[in-house]
Amino acid sequence: MGEFKVHRVRFFNYVPSGIRCVAYNNQSNRLAVSRTDGTVEIYNLSANYFQEKFFPGHESRATEALCWANGQRLFSAGLNGEIIEYDLQALNIKYAMDAFGGPIWSMAASPSGSQLLVGCEDGSVKLFQITPDKIQFERNFDRQKSRILSLSWHPAGTHIAAGSIDYISVFDVKSGSAIHKMLVDRQYMGVSKRKCIIWGVAFLSDGTVISVDSAGKVQFWDSATGTLVKNHLIANTDVQSIAISDQEDSFVVGTAEGTVFHFQLVSVTSNSSEKQWVRTKPFQHHTHDVRAVAHSPIALISGGTDTHLVIRPLMEKVEVKNYDAALRKITFPHRRLVSCAKKKQLLLFQFAHHLELWRLGSTVATGKNGDTLPLSKNADHLLHLKTKGPENIICSCISPCGSWIAYSTASRFFLYRLNYEHDNINLQRVSKMPAFLRSALQILFSEDSTKLFVASNQGSVHVIRLLEGSFKHLHTFQPQSGTVESMCLLAVSPDGNWLAASGTSAGVHVYNVKQLKLHCTVPAYNFPVTALAIAPNTNNLVIAHSDQQVFEYSIPDKQYTQWSRTIQKQGFHHLWLQRDTPITHISFHPKRPMHILLHDAYMFCIIDKSLPLPNDKTLLYNPLPPTNESDIIRRRTAHAFKISKKYKPLLFMDLLDERTLVAVERPLDDIIAQLPPPIKKKKFGT
Amino acid sequence: MVEEESLRVVRCGGSELNFRRAVFSADSKYVFCVSGDFIKVYSTATEECVHILQGHRNLVTGIQLNPKNHLQLYSCSFDGMIKLWDYTDGILIKTFIVGCKLHALFTLDCAEDSVFITINKEKPDVFQLVSVKLPKSSSQEVEAKELSFVLDYINQSPKCIAFGNEGEYVAAVRDFYLSVYFFKKKTTSRFTLSSSRNKKHAKNNFTCVACHPKEDCIATGHRDGKIRLWRNFDDEKKYTYTCLHWHHDLVMDLAFSVTGSSLLSGGRESVLVEWREAAEKNKEFLPRLGATIEHISVSPAGDLFCTSHSDNKMIIIHRNLEASAVIQGLVKDRNIFTGLMIDPRTKALVLNGKPGHLQFYSLQSDKQLYNLDIIQQEYINDYGLIQIELTKAAFGCYGNWLATVEQRQEKETELELQMKLWTYNKKTQGFVLNTKVNMPHEDHITALCFCNAEKSENPTLVTTSKDGHFKVWILTDDSDIYKKAVGWTCDFVGSYHKYQATNCCFSEDGSLLAVSFEEIVTIWDSDTWELKCTFCQRAGKIRHLCFGRLTCSKYLLGATENGILCCWNLLSCALEWSAKLNVRVMEPDPNSENIAAISQSSMGSDLFVFRPSEPRPLYIQKNISREEVQWGVFVPRDVPESFTSEAYQWLNRSQFYFLTKSQSLLTFSTQSPEEKLTPTSKQLLAEETLPTTPFYFILGKHRQQQQDDKLNEALENELVQLPLTENIPAISELLHTPAHVLPSASFLCSMFVNSLLLSKETKSAEEIPDDVSMEEEKESVDSDEENNFTEEVQDTNNTDLGKDIIHQLSKSEEKELRKFRKVDYSWITAL
Repeated sequence: MGEFKVHRVRFFNYVPSGIRCVAYNNQSNRLAVSRTDGTVEIYNLSANYFQEKFFPGHESRATEALCWANGQRLFSAGLNGEIIEYDLQALNIKYAMDAFGGPIWSMAASPSGSQLLVGCEDGSVKLFQITPDKIQFERNFDRQKSRILSLSWHPAGTHIAAGSIDYISVFDVKSGSAIHKMLVDRQYMGVSKRKCIIWGVAFLSDGTVISVDSAGKVQFWDSATGTLVKNHLIANTDVQSIAISDQEDSFVVGTAEGTVFHFQLVSVTSNSSEKQWVRTKPFQHHTHDVRAVAHSPIALISGGTDTHLVIRPLMEKVEVKNYDAALRKITFPHRRLVSCAKKKQLLLFQFAHHLELWRLGSTVATGKNGDTLPLSKNADHLLHLKTKGPENIICSCISPCGSWIAYSTASRFFLYRLNYEHDNINLQRVSKMPAFLRSALQILFSEDSTKLFVASNQGSVHVIRLLEGSFKHLHTFQPQSGTVESMCLLAVSPDGNWLAASGTSAGVHVYNVKQLKLHCTVPAYNFPVTALAIAPNTNNLVIAHSDQQVFEYSIPDKQYTQWSRTIQKQGFHHLWLQRDTPITHISFHPKRPMHILLHDAYMFCIIDKSLPLPNDKTLLYNPLPPTNESDIIRRRTAHAFKISKKYKPLLFMDLLDERTLVAVERPLDDIIAQLPPPIKKKKFGT
Repeated sequence: MVEEESLRVVRCGGSELNFRRAVFSADSKYVFCVSGDFIKVYSTATEECVHILQGHRNLVTGIQLNPKNHLQLYSCSFDGMIKLWDYTDGILIKTFIVGCKLHALFTLDCAEDSVFITINKEKPDVFQLVSVKLPKSSSQEVEAKELSFVLDYINQSPKCIAFGNEGEYVAAVRDFYLSVYFFKKKTTSRFTLSSSRNKKHAKNNFTCVACHPKEDCIATGHRDGKIRLWRNFDDEKKYTYTCLHWHHDLVMDLAFSVTGSSLLSGGRESVLVEWREAAEKNKEFLPRLGATIEHISVSPAGDLFCTSHSDNKMIIIHRNLEASAVIQGLVKDRNIFTGLMIDPRTKALVLNGKPGHLQFYSLQSDKQLYNLDIIQQEYINDYGLIQIELTKAAFGCYGNWLATVEQRQEKETELELQMKLWTYNKKTQGFVLNTKVNMPHEDHITALCFCNAEKSENPTLVTTSKDGHFKVWILTDDSDIYKKAVGWTCDFVGSYHKYQATNCCFSEDGSLLAVSFEEIVTIWDSDTWELKCTFCQRAGKIRHLCFGRLTCSKYLLGATENGILCCWNLLSCALEWSAKLNVRVMEPDPNSENIAAISQSSMGSDLFVFRPSEPRPLYIQKNISREEVQWGVFVPRDVPESFTSEAYQWLNRSQFYFLTKSQSLLTFSTQSPEEKLTPTSKQLLAEETLPTTPFYFILGKHRQQQQDDKLNEALENELVQLPLTENIPAISELLHTPAHVLPSASFLCSMFVNSLLLSKETKSAEEIPDDVSMEEEKESVDSDEENNFTEEVQDTNNTDLGKDIIHQLSKSEEKELRKFRKVDYSWITAL
């Protein structure tokens, strides 16, 4: 594997924002997650829970409700009173429409997908008609006294249940009038709380309404008579979310204590048809409030203030033991937030609303393998660059020479020129960006920092030549006719001749930068691409997919390399395929052409193509063999995958020079320390 | 007395009440529990033992009500028999002989004529659940050999097996798995929890199981304190469970209420937890039950629960979680330091009980009388904590004084020692602390004894200690201007060459005190505290020391650690005789010259009874117990026996009880087990269906019998002679009339009280007609004797009677008149 000096960076002070809503789409098996900063992420559950799309947040758009309608259409609503529809192809906002009811707390799409309901601050429930390209206000339901915090449709679409403060209303959709008002007990463990907030309701096809409230109760109501049927007190704190399965045989609730409870409909006795709802398993995967839950056919999904998205599979529903059968905890975005200027040893960190530029520390000390070297010069915080406007940063990049920084928000593109004078930095914004450079999904500088590649959200890739203090637009690679899919990932060859660009689902396009034309397209693969890189000299394109497959494609030969064919034939090690997180970065060693360096959040791996591939019987994660062992044993146990799990969670890792690595870690404890304190629970024995 | 058989060692009470779950009768009036070889029937209302069902020849291991007749009870035992009892009369109905050791018994409503038992096959830890067909036969003893196998490799404890949903399935737990056998489908599902390999689940072991009576729901208890509620277990893939977690230590037992609406659980916390609707947040507690809950049972009527505790106690608990009755046996879960003593007043056996308490245990009724809190500190049940131990106790002056010693030693040098002297308060009928002495000695107290001589005017106590001293404590006047009081002070400190003082003993008349200092016995004059003489045999340290009594009072006996028993003559100051005997227990009989010594050998313990005057033993019984005998005591008999055989004459005036290392209390008996019915239980063969309550004892036949006894003893001069209740019609009417037709209690009260008064006048109380219809019935019931009795009364106060009746006329007219006429007639005929 070779020995490296590793810069272990822990000063990337990144804190993901808390999860506010999750919405599961059964048709496409995708999950939409909205965070408190307004970001909406789309996870593809079929592709190993890969975060394939995201919509950047906006300071004024606090999302309170998220729902899928009519198959593929995604709506969100928030406290600014707007209903927003997202364009899942172009990855931008299609339109925003004010509901004129004050802040919106809840939203639900009708089972048929043709209507959309929103519950507003002023107590109104508004019905919208979903038209093919917009939504249209239809009418108001009977206005209630206080805000509507939760909504649920009867599966037949004839009635709705609306949870408010202290009561639940049942509306008839046809007449729009409230037919029942079910008052909820304010009592909480014998103490009368001021108010009982109905955080969630679910309407079952047999007319049962399930409500969860701030007094810690899960209650079952008969909507025909408006009476309470059963009461489960499950928590001392708020129960904040509920999600029911499509079969209506199980549901899940999340509490402010971080516990997720599973309820199942089980038959009372084996030979009777009578069934009852029973609380079965509690899951404690969160430390903070569980603000949102979802119920996919095979898993319970929960997310909350502690920023984790937890996918807990239901063992009885999982047929075979595969990737789906394990508990998943997604904390970090599946994209790069760090870029690196290798020559100047600079790191650029991307936050929601600012960028930070750091110079790595250095040392003069030497030591043995495994030693921690003392720093002779500490890391320098060179630059803190705040964005203008309320929008979040989508992507950012620093050029390899360190003299250019580019970033983009949803509406603007920024390019800066950096001048280093001893210890001072001079930052100069390049003005007059062309009108087509409005928003970028990915930015990349060429190795010699003379060209800038920008993937815009219309599917085009712009090539810009950078000059001292100015630039020149060279060319735009237009997407193939008929597709509007935007490009998310870019890779350029070190010699600057080739550019690879990949979208969310279609194959990887390789462009010839010299001739400015499409060179070839790598055949499409079922799973989205998570990382791309082009090797120096050989110009082999290495592609990592979300199913943990790695391909090597020779650009000059327009075909997969022999090594890639071999590994496909033999298959990857089963432990390799069971890894949790996608590969987010690939790089190469300048002196060792046979090595591919790649990493995910929990491991760093060097693939040595010269060594034999491991089969399922060999140990995949073999620790470094002790040096005193004979070479024969080392050679016998050696295989192509050299894996180090020393650094985790790993956000970024790259080679600075032949003997130096930089690893950016973000320990989970540091994130938790920056979150608001969780609800204090008395633990026995403390 | 009939010609006695051979003398046998019998277990006498004090056996575990908490060995198995208690069982309630269908009407919740009685609770049954296994107790050694017997089954005891207790009244739930009064805590009294109503019957003892005897007949098994080994430990009873299971009892269940007969599902077809709830007035009958099945029991099984290690002796391989299943017996069917009529518990209301205490009669054995039938015996089914199975043959092998039976470990547990289960009955089912739907299983027609079979019961389920747990048996052991071949390997020591492999148990099977089998069903036994009980053949229908008229004979008393039937062989039941038709076994059919149900489940294999189960746990021995009946807590680990439960039948559910009217016998649709049976659930059994062991180690890390739960097996469910479905009788209809004849399939077994097995659910395994991740075991100890995973550190987090290391304590996942199942400890007990219970089935919901109405739903398909199994509750299991675990070693880590969790309770799991399993559902959907007919599908091995879709099964699901819920966790309830409150206990911090293992769950000892679980029980569902009759309707299944709540689940009860208990463990070492000594708290009964009721989980309502199986919800984690909805639970109720009954705390401070005193000791680990070992078993929980629920009455079929649903109104009572019963918990069995590790300190040999059962608590009857109301549905609303209020303890209503405590049935306490001999507390046996700790080391006995004080030895066995007899309280001279109550004749109760006194020994260590609950931590820090002395228990007073009635041998006659096999019941704990009360606990005396000596240490008077909260007991903290935590592993590794060094507790204060009650180490010594002694009664003096006919039970007027009690001396106790408690100690706590955390480190070698830190000894905490306290001596307390308690006086008997006649008013409160209990012991009251009189004097507390901190550090009475510098080191452990080895013995203490009171001077029990009749003539001694001043109570005297002697303590000996390892610090080389013995101290004499006397009662002195401690009065001051505020109150008159007495207290104990040290009167004399004696020592002998810095040897450790190990034993002390007063002679019968109190004139001499013998104190042993390791190998040397010193004799002191108790008037002057002068050293009179010393005996030294160089035969090892003295372990036991006692004076002879009555005609043998000139002898002093000492037993040494080297296995020599010495007898010295105090007149000649010479060794009378010595014998080689490794004496463990040496107890003098207070009523005779006899001394019992129990020796320990590799074979077991042997008993020797001898008189100090002659070295030849009166009686030898070899091998009275396999294990070491720790303590023994002679208990004076209330009624002397008259054994004619010379060998048993030593048992005439006293009975000998001894306690083995495993804390079973044993005694000697010549009676066969059938005869051994205690007199109380014979009395309690109650008439009709009357519950045997204390009320019954006041007014029932019982008192008549008592009175007879009293007459025999010619003691009635002090006692109030009460009229026999059967002869008081007012009371029998009161007791026989259905409650709904009785007049109000305030009306009856004066009549009732009058009936108990003695003067001739009050006997007319019978005439107060409380209910007319009752009177009519009574006519046939009344005996001739009573009629005569009324006639006499008429003579004296017929005018009063007339007035009475006139008053009543206004209320109930015609029948009253008729009755008056009838009375008149009798009076006329008498004329």
